[in-house]
Amino acid sequence: MTTSPDSSTVGSTLVKRGLADMLRGGVIMDVVNADQAKIAEDAGAVAVMALERVPADIRRDGGVARMSDPLLIQEIQATVTIPVMAKARIGHFAEAQVLESLGVDYVDESEVLTPADEEHHIDKWAFTVPFVCGATNLGEALRRIGEGACLIRSKGEAGTGNVVEAVRHLRTINAQMRRVHSADAAELAGLAKDLQAPLPLVREVAETGHLPVPMFCAGGISTPADASLVMQLGAEAVFVGSGIFKSADPVRMAEAIVEATTHFRDPSVVAKVSTGLGAAMRGSETATLEQRLAERGW
Amino acid sequence: MASVGVLALQGDVREHVAVLQRIGVAAVEVRGVADLAGISGLVIPGGESTTMARLLVTGGLREPLTELLDGGLPVLGTCAGLIMLARRILDGRSDQWSLGLLDVEVRRNGFGRQVASFETVVEVTGIGPVAGAFIRAPQIVTVADGVTILATHDHGGGPTPVLVRQGHALGCAFHPELTGETRIHELFLSLV
Repeated sequence: MTTSPDSSTVGSTLVKRGLADMLRGGVIMDVVNADQAKIAEDAGAVAVMALERVPADIRRDGGVARMSDPLLIQEIQATVTIPVMAKARIGHFAEAQVLESLGVDYVDESEVLTPADEEHHIDKWAFTVPFVCGATNLGEALRRIGEGACLIRSKGEAGTGNVVEAVRHLRTINAQMRRVHSADAAELAGLAKDLQAPLPLVREVAETGHLPVPMFCAGGISTPADASLVMQLGAEAVFVGSGIFKSADPVRMAEAIVEATTHFRDPSVVAKVSTGLGAAMRGSETATLEQRLAERGW
Repeated sequence: MASVGVLALQGDVREHVAVLQRIGVAAVEVRGVADLAGISGLVIPGGESTTMARLLVTGGLREPLTELLDGGLPVLGTCAGLIMLARRILDGRSDQWSLGLLDVEVRRNGFGRQVASFETVVEVTGIGPVAGAFIRAPQIVTVADGVTILATHDHGGGPTPVLVRQGHALGCAFHPELTGETRIHELFLSLV
């Protein structure tokens, strides 16, 4: 956070969280090149996530997954007018510094990449660029916010095309928030201990009933109905990774998920955009996975 | 006063609804054509202008909305909403259309990308100092006759207009709805 000559404040928490507010009700799409980024923007995406491989391919290929080549990010920035996000490894603050210097609009400290630090997440307060982090439960969400995250996405299980984990994580966070919201003041310290979350943030949830930052959903969304489902469960926007460009007709799938996210309460719209859409990505049963990405981070 | 609509295809709809409610005005979220019935004004919120432009077309809202606005429905646009109201958009998509109610040219992300986003205080004619958040904000680069400049701001490179009015349309480059401010909305309601 710096102060410029006209007494304005750059990189304040308000403007960092504020960009996430502007993305609400929208779809953020994973793209691996400029052509895909253009398709995403044409379809009405509110932002793109620039990465070298979508999670399904990272899962298939194995090996260490790292930050993308800056060239790829710059090509995508030059192609679209919407915000461009990019991923850094958990704890890899040097990758985050590189992404900030490239002028990406949001850094995703992501479990989809191979973690660089098993004990410490990035100190996100130290940056001007805002961060999004994944969470599987309320404690994890509040720990990330305590470290400076300005947007939380429920993790789901990336690259599976299976929405079951996204639903589990959203329902868990919601149930825990309801519990905190209905607790009396004396119970909050104990709840903070159980959640392993900072007490001031637990108090804030107790007062407002929701997270101090927007909550989006990621990990396994691959149809318009999936988007409607997670929005109805309280997600404020959706990240779609492999679900678009691993489907039979990515252009139509992208357009359909955008429509379904805006009109998530209107089943007739979701039905209309789902009609004759072609195959969604194949997907996998999460019980048989060798690597659970959601277990990365803590 | 009848209710004021907030275009709710995408963006910071909730914050605008909250400001309207705080100043005692009923707000209705506008997602489809039926929601336009009976509104006495419209707010176009912050968000992504390319997304809103597309969803206005696919949802069949573009024509009925254009008709209402051309017929004099008061409108306030903040950030992306200003872009939607501008006659000409620079650095946007080559095919980006707009409602064209404000005879200004705006440059998308004219103040820079997110890492340049800032909070500041803007001096508004007739109101005084107003707290504003500029988030990947558009910059008004030219203003035609008939457009009243209600506020300018110099963020380096000389002052540019950040709040303008033409007839029943009010365009704001920043987000008064994020800072606890209500007076820009009150100004808008004076047009309703």
